[in-house]
Amino acid sequence: MSRVGEAGKREAGVRSDCWLSIELRDAGGIAIALKSKVGALYGEAIEAQLRDGCRVLGVAHAAITVEDAGALPYVLAARLEAAVRRAGHQPAAPLLPPARPGLEQAGDRNRLRRSRLYLPGNEPRFFPNAGLHAPDGLILDLEDSVAPSEKDAACVLVRNALRTIDFCGAERMVRINQGLQGLADLEWVVPHGVQLILIPKVEDPRQVVEVDERIAALRRTGEGCAEVFLMPIIESALGAWRAYEIAKASPNVVALAIGLEDYTADIGAQRTLAGTESFWARAQVLNGARAAGVQPIDTVFSDVGDEAGLRASVLEAKSLGFTGKGCIHPRQVAVVHDAFAPTADEVDKAVRIVRAHEDAEARGLGVVSLGTKMIDAPVVKRALATVELAVRMGRLDSGGGE
Amino acid sequence: MTRLVQNAAGRLVPVEINGAPAVPYAGPRAHRPAGRRAGPLVRSCADFPADGDKRVESIKQALLNAGLRDGMTISTHHHLRNGDRVANLVFAAAAELGVKDLRWFPSASFPCHDGMIAHMENGVIHHIEGSLNGPLGDYCTEGRMRGTAVLRSHGGRWQAIQDGEVAIDIAVIAAPTADPFGNATGDRGPAACGLLGFALADSQYADHVIVVTDNLVPFPCIPWQIQGNNVDQVVVIDSIGDPAKIVSGTTQVTKSPDRLLIAELTARFCDEAGIIRDGFSFQAGAGGTALSFGLFLRDMMRERRIKARFVRGGSNQYLVSMLEEGLTDYILDGQTFDLEGVRSMRENPGHVNTSPFTSYNWHGKGNFASMLDCVVLGATEVDLDFNGNVVTHSDGRLLHGIGGWQNCLFSKCTILPIPSFRDRIPVIVDKVTTLCGPGELIDVIVTERGIAINPLRRDLIEAVRGSSLPIRPLIDIKREVEDLCGGPPAKPRLGEDVVAAIKWVDGTVIDAVRRLEK
Repeated sequence: MSRVGEAGKREAGVRSDCWLSIELRDAGGIAIALKSKVGALYGEAIEAQLRDGCRVLGVAHAAITVEDAGALPYVLAARLEAAVRRAGHQPAAPLLPPARPGLEQAGDRNRLRRSRLYLPGNEPRFFPNAGLHAPDGLILDLEDSVAPSEKDAACVLVRNALRTIDFCGAERMVRINQGLQGLADLEWVVPHGVQLILIPKVEDPRQVVEVDERIAALRRTGEGCAEVFLMPIIESALGAWRAYEIAKASPNVVALAIGLEDYTADIGAQRTLAGTESFWARAQVLNGARAAGVQPIDTVFSDVGDEAGLRASVLEAKSLGFTGKGCIHPRQVAVVHDAFAPTADEVDKAVRIVRAHEDAEARGLGVVSLGTKMIDAPVVKRALATVELAVRMGRLDSGGGE
Repeated sequence: MTRLVQNAAGRLVPVEINGAPAVPYAGPRAHRPAGRRAGPLVRSCADFPADGDKRVESIKQALLNAGLRDGMTISTHHHLRNGDRVANLVFAAAAELGVKDLRWFPSASFPCHDGMIAHMENGVIHHIEGSLNGPLGDYCTEGRMRGTAVLRSHGGRWQAIQDGEVAIDIAVIAAPTADPFGNATGDRGPAACGLLGFALADSQYADHVIVVTDNLVPFPCIPWQIQGNNVDQVVVIDSIGDPAKIVSGTTQVTKSPDRLLIAELTARFCDEAGIIRDGFSFQAGAGGTALSFGLFLRDMMRERRIKARFVRGGSNQYLVSMLEEGLTDYILDGQTFDLEGVRSMRENPGHVNTSPFTSYNWHGKGNFASMLDCVVLGATEVDLDFNGNVVTHSDGRLLHGIGGWQNCLFSKCTILPIPSFRDRIPVIVDKVTTLCGPGELIDVIVTERGIAINPLRRDLIEAVRGSSLPIRPLIDIKREVEDLCGGPPAKPRLGEDVVAAIKWVDGTVIDAVRRLEK
């Protein structure tokens, strides 16, 4: 059996990552050959970390070769652990970076989820600063953005990132793989501070239940595992057909999303800018989510360079009733938030309706009127929702004044 | 080994450099010069052709005519940037002539000049006084160059020439267009680069001036950025440079989300601090972040119908678009970075050439840089006292020239938008590896993790109080980044020997670069 394992990247242009190869031996201790872009500054620290890591992993004798392009310590640790596992050694203990304070805190079921930013799970250079762009949720993706041969390494890296990286208040999300692999992914993230799991390509409520049960089991054995919410993604005709059941499959489902690339392929249509081919599915997901009392979340907008197109797309989603949009680039976040926010006119009108309503209540009137117009109860309800949203998005003081 | 003394910034610097006395830095504005400027030799028209034709057949012949001999100082310029062929041709000719121990005094060096290492190895060049990067930087930092490198700002180079600190024996000026009399311009011709401002001092003060062109026009060459009356000889060659490497076809703004975030924060800071108002002025470099800052600024100016009086550059297509759109009255151009800049300089009377004399010279009667409302610059490192380093990497290797950086620090608000770490390398350190700019002059540091304002600038702190900007103490950002990077970095192992001296804008020595131990 081969006793050599490799992990990480070393092709030209790699940054903030490393390539690490380990050959397990029977004697001779730990030998390290290090070539690092930051060798003059962190060479000794890197060697010390590798030796310490081997001790934790239970590796006593090995030859380690590292080509480092400025990997941060949590990345180096992940590459070492992945290589050791690939060399056929079952670690004595996982090589966990220290957990950030607050990692055990659960998310907020009803928090805003206007933007969710996808980060490829095996690309560490995007991790440390992603939260600075202030998305509502940050997704460390184990599914489509990770090559099948790198799934194992991505799991270690994503676990370490969850423990290390400051998400700056963004919800800590992970998109797991489909099926059994996805259930196995949960072990890597549930005990390490994940707040929401995106389940891809859901067509059957049982998929959600399986994930939910696995999470519950992991939480029972792990210490300090917070509650984990679920966001199933509908990406097929069958999934769209069963949207409501899927949204109702577990009380931990907080949002239902639609992914249109796979959906349009599934129904045999081309994806168009106008999107008529997906209108039914989007409406179905939206109504399924609303019927189940969870947030309806729209697909990603994939043209990173088209800011005007993104804005138009968010306004269209908002007009249909969606409350969130997927982002694949940090610069999309601010545009999405801005487009989802109520406009100044909307806020102004809502405030006047709410005031009229409060006034009518105070005077014991059954009927609310604004000027010469009668205001129906659903209008008041919507105005209250707009005011609340405006306050949460910082467009209105909570005192109710402008 | 030369004696070292502690200067006013607490750095140990040599009192003698390459055999000449050197004055230690005394503070940003403390040193006062005395005496008269240097002057070139008085010459007579009787010794030049009455028909104005100063052509000779080759660079080698021109060097012979100029009396090239061992130990002379030869200057060249970097307006052809990484496309320059002329400096290499000059030293190849010098090598053929068998001269030794020359001092190369470029306004900057580029990777295309890496062949100069061979000339140092075989003794043709003794040492270099100018920016050093890449293999040249390594050669120097490893202590393999015979003399001490001297790094100066663009303004400091003018000051050194005019004060007589550096006497240029032969100046060789690459000219994209010239006439046989020696009038020359950079704004047209196959190797058009914009302006020739970096060569202006050399043309006025050098003992001997040679213009080398690949685009000869009949007298007069208009405009004459370089005046033929200062020129001794003209050489016509096939090609002075590779146009593809002289200016970019188009300047690229950054696509990096983090750098865009930094640029946006910088623009928002300027806005909140009240800098962006009618009639204001700014300068931003040509790096991706600085360019993006300019675009955010442009959007704000458009939206609020604000017009700048002048913009200093580093001109590029974006500044040109602002000029043409009426968002600024003038571009005061110090060097041109793309073809749009070159075109605008040729065509637009509002696009004006400057030189290190007008823009940057500290030993003059004022300069433009200190009149700017804000400048946006880069840095490889900053420290907790807001000191900045632009010449060495944190591992102690020379990697950049000073350019106009030191000169620009005198603006009314100097902002350094920089990432808080690069790969694993923290940018905020306890003490900069090499001191290039004193913290007294650096007002704001903008990183993706927050904005730090120099405590000396109480006015700026007050101006942005209550804004939604992420204002933080510099030390907080430093600690956060060190947490991420695994503690503060180790110090590079440096020897005792001084391999390069860093000059301040007034010619005093602000710091010295030490030899790097293997």
